[in-house]
Amino acid sequence: MRSTVTGHAGGPRPAVDGPLLQVRDLSVRFTRKGRAPVTAVDSVSFEVAAGRSVGIVGESGSGKSVTSLAIMGLLPKRGVDVAGSVTFDGEQLLGMSDDRRRALRGAEMAMVFQDPMSSLNPVVPIGVQVTEVLRRHRDMNKAEARDEAVDLLRRVGIPEAQRRLKDYPHQLSGGMRQRALIAIALACSPRLLVADEPTTALDVTIQAQILDLLRGLIADTGTALVLITHDLGVVAGMCDDVHVMYGGRLVESADRHELFARPEHPYTHGLLASVPRLDSPRGEPLTPIPGSPTLTRPWTTGCAFEPRCTRAQPDCLGSAPLMEVDRGHGVRCRHPYGVPEPVAVVDPNGERA
Amino acid sequence: MPDTPLPDAHDPGATARADATATDAAVPGAPGSAEALASRTATELPPGEAGTSLGREAVRRVVRDPLALFGAFLVLSFVAIAVFAPWIAPFGPNDRVGAVTPTNIPGPSAEFWFGLDSLGRDEFSRVIYGARQSLLVGVVSLLMGASVGIAIGLLAGAFGGWVDAVVMRLTDIMLSIPSLLFAIGIAAVLGRSLLSVMIAIAVVNVPVFIRLLRGSMLAQRNSDYVVAVRSLGVRDRNVVIGHVLPNSMSPVIVQGTLTLATAIIEAAALAFLGLSGTDPAVPEWGRMLAETQRFLASAPHLAFFPGIAIVLAALGFTLLGESMREALDPKYRR
Repeated sequence: MRSTVTGHAGGPRPAVDGPLLQVRDLSVRFTRKGRAPVTAVDSVSFEVAAGRSVGIVGESGSGKSVTSLAIMGLLPKRGVDVAGSVTFDGEQLLGMSDDRRRALRGAEMAMVFQDPMSSLNPVVPIGVQVTEVLRRHRDMNKAEARDEAVDLLRRVGIPEAQRRLKDYPHQLSGGMRQRALIAIALACSPRLLVADEPTTALDVTIQAQILDLLRGLIADTGTALVLITHDLGVVAGMCDDVHVMYGGRLVESADRHELFARPEHPYTHGLLASVPRLDSPRGEPLTPIPGSPTLTRPWTTGCAFEPRCTRAQPDCLGSAPLMEVDRGHGVRCRHPYGVPEPVAVVDPNGERA
Repeated sequence: MPDTPLPDAHDPGATARADATATDAAVPGAPGSAEALASRTATELPPGEAGTSLGREAVRRVVRDPLALFGAFLVLSFVAIAVFAPWIAPFGPNDRVGAVTPTNIPGPSAEFWFGLDSLGRDEFSRVIYGARQSLLVGVVSLLMGASVGIAIGLLAGAFGGWVDAVVMRLTDIMLSIPSLLFAIGIAAVLGRSLLSVMIAIAVVNVPVFIRLLRGSMLAQRNSDYVVAVRSLGVRDRNVVIGHVLPNSMSPVIVQGTLTLATAIIEAAALAFLGLSGTDPAVPEWGRMLAETQRFLASAPHLAFFPGIAIVLAALGFTLLGESMREALDPKYRR
């Protein structure tokens, strides 16, 4: 299938020196009149080099989607404070002029969304939606854009692409819609692709096809990928580096092999333990993480995961643990797995208030 | 990117990858699933049809609804009667075809289906010709009201902020005045003419369209596809015109149909109150009702037939509008 996706118009671009996307201390605060501000993303830092793919994993509400919207500059202007720094190819994205940003979006950086049904305009034919971005960024006339659109749709595996141009989104299956959405995002060969849960709304079999397609397209074009997901299986198959997010902060960062081989944060551990396994005996109960993501303490008063953590100790409270990085593997925990624990004498009467 | 299986036992990707290998063959080219999937979708479509738009889909659903068909029948008859009045009516609207006295006004008969009016004219022919006036007033006032309302609503919905706030407060003020009272006021200020009736009805409907389009656009503004289109760097103007507006029009189209019904009733009401055109020779349902008042005891049929005509015309547009509301509403879609 790789061969069907080669020959992309832009072709692989030469890698730039240094990371393509650099996120430094990104914080997003939602402020509303008469309500306490909510910090959805808190000092998040990571970087993506050209041709690499980075996964951001977390439960719903961990701030991963807000992170992606902040990178793309799609958060509403009113009531949202974005702080920190996001640079794309050395250019600061935060506070950039709307015109410059619009010129980048769609051309240099693009996004694939979670729900292909609601992310396509229901009353506009697929063909128009594909050609719109081509005409906007690549100065094509109608006929050129049309030919290119057919080519794009064919490349993402949509059969009878010519005929499909006239179709409306509701006439395509879920997988076809997501393919169309990917075609639109990749239309101008962007150097950065942000995919926010690209497979969550799809059947498992279609998920695999879409991931394969994304993998192939990225390998061919050298596009850097930021993949936002809650699915560790997707990350294991797609990403070079993985960041685990909890309560708006990164709690563990490592490359894929390291993370799956030696998860250190209790949250990462819990996520891995809660995935059903093919090789475990039938009927064996799953091991969920106790509590729900709403059971979170503010980072200012200690570790946000402490209320749900099986390894919580009294010293988890008070202040937020720092991100400790050891040979590229960062973890924000005072009592991570894998580190020989001092044998703590736990007072059986009053260990946790 | 190499798809090497991870050696570690902690490998939740195993399930996903198992699926990946199973369906690998399904992606392009392979005859198995992708094409099969496509042909399955294709069979749901009428043969040889490339795309069914929302509009065509809605027409299909309207046609299946008997009430809607009845409404459409009434509307079409109304329009046909108005257009072909000279060929349908047996007499001219002002021909005095029979002898009448104030106490003896003949009712329906084989020769004069609806009887004669107080001046000896054929009531049936006058009702037929009256449709022209109602249709004219309805359509023109709808076009004026809707175009102004859509233009202002578009500005409010697209710009938001203080533009929106000012427009909406003015709209609220206009909507707080009872519509008939408002129309009477405007028609009275503009003087007695057909045009002033049309303007009055149009002005009354402007705030309705403003509010409808603006609300509909606000609902679309934060939808996923708008964010998706913005993520492609499309200019705001093109987002509004090319994406938000087409998705916001269905309630406006429905309101347009319903407005025709109220416009016909309002036109009749204004005519009844003596605010319509100055030419008494032009038959007009509302004025026919007004002229009949003195003869209600001796000739009740003179009130009955124009009244029925007004009701049927308004009913047709209302039924059609209501079923279009359902046909265009995504929530009702199967």
